[in-house]
Amino acid sequence: MKRLFPILAVLTAVFLAYALYRALVVAPADALQGEVYRIIYYHVPSAWTAFLLFFINFIASIQYLVSNKPSARTAMKWVVVAIGVIGVIATYLPPIKRLIPAGMEPSAVATTVLAIPAAYFLIGWLFPGQRLDVLAVTSAEVGVVFCTIVLVTGPIWARPVWGIWWAPGDIRLTSTLVLWLIYVSYLVLRRFSNSAQTQMLAAALAVFGALDVPLVYFSIWFFRTQHPQPVIGGGGSMDPRMLQTLLISWMAFLCFAFLVCWSRFRLELLQREVEEAHAMESLVGSGVSAKASLPLTRSSR
Amino acid sequence: MNAVKFLFAAYIATWLIHGVYLGTLVRRFSKLRQQLKELGRRG
Repeated sequence: MKRLFPILAVLTAVFLAYALYRALVVAPADALQGEVYRIIYYHVPSAWTAFLLFFINFIASIQYLVSNKPSARTAMKWVVVAIGVIGVIATYLPPIKRLIPAGMEPSAVATTVLAIPAAYFLIGWLFPGQRLDVLAVTSAEVGVVFCTIVLVTGPIWARPVWGIWWAPGDIRLTSTLVLWLIYVSYLVLRRFSNSAQTQMLAAALAVFGALDVPLVYFSIWFFRTQHPQPVIGGGGSMDPRMLQTLLISWMAFLCFAFLVCWSRFRLELLQREVEEAHAMESLVGSGVSAKASLPLTRSSR
Repeated sequence: MNAVKFLFAAYIATWLIHGVYLGTLVRRFSKLRQQLKELGRRG
């Protein structure tokens, strides 16, 4: 696996360079905004990547919360299956169909709903035990980095187009800022809390934080905002070269995010290893049997 | 519209943020490896 990392890093660098070339050269200029619209190729993929990482954090946190109680674990499995089945059926019922924003296909909503049980079982299978918590902190930290990029590139784009850096009171902008603040507080909690319950508290906070993601995403459908309406799935149209470039850019950023998460995951494992070694050393040093059970590690930074 | 400077500012800011974060990861890795080495020497 260690040999694979540099190969993937080089491939990702080439992919990112190709995405940049497409963003600056291949994609045509926008009829209204001119060249500055090209910020979309960094702003939107960063937002989608952040949402995906927060979703992973949400699933890992739920799994972690129920991991110690077999009955809760079983109940949650059934809840997740029920969400998938009922969600897909409900999407095609006329009263629910009417609630779906114009331009958004019911099949797209059904696929998104199905992603919840799929991700739940996949993450539970790939990351057993404490690795769920490691995945949660990894996805939250990398997600905050991508969300920071969204909050920085957004105002830089807004200034020449809207004439202002920030639209106070705009729900899309405000909810994104709140989302960022929630996950920053999640990381601060994990970094500075010394309680044995830190991991559980952080997981609970992450579940509440994730509730803000749908609000951010759907705010431009349901509320009048300064932020433009979505061009994908929102009834808008986009030049095929622009759309391809946007999707290529997102794929490149996803590969990059995967590598960063991989590094951060290894860092967290190494950190816990060091802390356990320190704990073992202090136990041996204080004359307590090394066989004594170690306290649950509280690193999780 | 002379807005190209905003485009480049956004792109540079993106890679600057990623660069700073990757820098912190590298620093944390080297610090932990150092600690592991010291633990190995002691134990």
